[in-house]
Amino acid sequence: MSNNKEKLLEIKNLKKHFNVGRKATLKAVDGINFDIYKGETFGLVGESGCGKSTAGRTVLRLYEATDGEVVFNGQNVHSKKSGKDTKELSRKMQMIFQDPYASLNPRMTVKDIIAEGIDIHGLAKNKKEREETVIELLETVGLNKEHANRYPHEFSGGQRQRIGIARALALDPDFIVADEPISALDVSIQAQVVNLMKRLQKERDLTYLFIAHDLAMVKHISDRVGVMYLGRMMELASSDDLYKNPLHPYTRALLSAIPVSDPDVEKNRERVILEGDVPSPTDPPSGCPFRTRCPLAQDVCAEVVPEWIEHEKGHHVACHAYDERFSERFDAAREAMS
Amino acid sequence: MKKVLEVKDLNVFFDTYKAEVQAVRGVSFDLHEKETLAIVGESGSGKSVTSQSIMKLIPMPPGKFAGGSIKFNGEELIDKSERQMEDIRGKEISMIFQDPMTSLNPTMTVGKQIAESLIKHQNMSKAQARKRGLELLELVGIPNPEARIDQYPHEYSGGMRQRGMIAIALACNPKVLIADEPTTALDVTIQAQILDLMRDLQDKVNTSIILITHDLGVVANAAHRVAVMYGGKIIETGTVDEIFYNPTHPYTWGLLGSMPDLEGDSDEELQAIPGTPPDLADPPKGCPFAARCPYAMKVCENHMPDYFELSDTQKSACWLLDERSPKVEPPESAKVGGSKRDEQ
Repeated sequence: MSNNKEKLLEIKNLKKHFNVGRKATLKAVDGINFDIYKGETFGLVGESGCGKSTAGRTVLRLYEATDGEVVFNGQNVHSKKSGKDTKELSRKMQMIFQDPYASLNPRMTVKDIIAEGIDIHGLAKNKKEREETVIELLETVGLNKEHANRYPHEFSGGQRQRIGIARALALDPDFIVADEPISALDVSIQAQVVNLMKRLQKERDLTYLFIAHDLAMVKHISDRVGVMYLGRMMELASSDDLYKNPLHPYTRALLSAIPVSDPDVEKNRERVILEGDVPSPTDPPSGCPFRTRCPLAQDVCAEVVPEWIEHEKGHHVACHAYDERFSERFDAAREAMS
Repeated sequence: MKKVLEVKDLNVFFDTYKAEVQAVRGVSFDLHEKETLAIVGESGSGKSVTSQSIMKLIPMPPGKFAGGSIKFNGEELIDKSERQMEDIRGKEISMIFQDPMTSLNPTMTVGKQIAESLIKHQNMSKAQARKRGLELLELVGIPNPEARIDQYPHEYSGGMRQRGMIAIALACNPKVLIADEPTTALDVTIQAQILDLMRDLQDKVNTSIILITHDLGVVANAAHRVAVMYGGKIIETGTVDEIFYNPTHPYTWGLLGSMPDLEGDSDEELQAIPGTPPDLADPPKGCPFAARCPYAMKVCENHMPDYFELSDTQKSACWLLDERSPKVEPPESAKVGGSKRDEQ
């Protein structure tokens, strides 16, 4: 991680609500706050439907935010701006998508897919330069120039994801949102893509927002990790801190649910198995969204929305059990747990 | 232990416009009573085709059995007619699938779908089947079964649908349950619930399970024995401890090495396996892994090794185990539990 800790991105009270049906709103992202520092990888984890992808897309303004701000390099992403400014901004912020089968146009050659951004932004002076850039990008991601004239269907999943990465790199961005870039790939191929992303980050000084549900992989690639549940951020810490010293009961349950590839560990470990399912985001529980499945839940959890507390330096958590005002009320429940 | 299922030298090929795809090439394994056998491998390694062959769910044509045998309780399944198979499916051998949304019938209530096999195989009346259905829903941990039994799959959440599928699969107390990636579509907290449930039920109803997965964590959690598949072949098989603590095939090493470790140091690179799996329309003559194997020798390209028996339970198909080969130590990255285990 860069030590100078220069903020590249500030996300302040970001909300994204969708209207679904007549009067219902789906609060996909409901007031999240975090910063992303230059050169780091920020991991965003959570189960399906927790709003992590919506958060990633709203950060890029692929969705208009309902409320809140995203400040990128001192510039508000969601403010009104001219077409030229929007274009300039989108050049600096790129995205890698989850499904390498759906995110590449099947009717375009790899060359045209990668060069699309170059063409839109007029970055190549002539055809030769365009071609050279594409070949250079292909080589950067471990493909070669023979691949340039082929179509996406001629590639395997891992290779397609490399094409998606090359496309994102074409505009020389500062910041890349990677939305589950490896979930659709086989394990041995996942490792290839993750290693590639890490290498590119070093070489090109990239900043990543890495969205995934695979906590082990997120731990591996991220410097800091945020855990989301039903549209809210539950906990945020450096990745080592989060895995060694998880505070929020949800984070603990998530971590203990990951099966470890070690049979002895699996035989002997105590699991916190959560009861039930994630409640519907159109009708989330009052107070803390996790309280319906939380082993520690008290009355106060239904009444008051937990505040975003900095429990230790750089380790934030939204849970009443760590709030001085309510902490005592959890003593009995904590004892029963241990 | 008694063998419930014996698969010997199974070959399943598919005719495609391009060529004959040899999806499963000479697969042999046994399934014993009350055990869980995990079949691990990447997409296209033949693990799903193997399991679907046992149920004879492979559409023929384009698929075809090109030799081998599948014996269930001593009876040959390959020779059975479709009618005879209907008496086995759901009653003796049943299956749960990866995606519970697309494998449940959206136009039937869950209760009806459970009752279907009870009425067919056990000659139950509708009322009896409903009663048994309620018991089953209770057994798989669906809250409020009286209300849930009359609901349609879309009214269930993902985890509940998978529980419903398990209830359907277990309705007739099958001898063998084939679970094809049963938790892949689920979130980790729900996955933990389902794995727990499957282990619990295995004790209660004495079923043998074939668990197909690509997640080694799930294998470590749930399996007794493991078969690792690659390029349509089982390249290594053994007890779960043997595969994790004493793997001998370079592909098994690669699989273990490419999983990130929660405890591990995130600065070190993941041990990726370079390249991609072989095209089974034109399978390699020798070992299917030779092209990606860092230890590949000349012999590997042209000759598929036989199994080397390392113990009563562990077999591995790799030339490195031949006494004429140079001795190769498994890489650090493939060591599970590492130093902690050595100390014990």
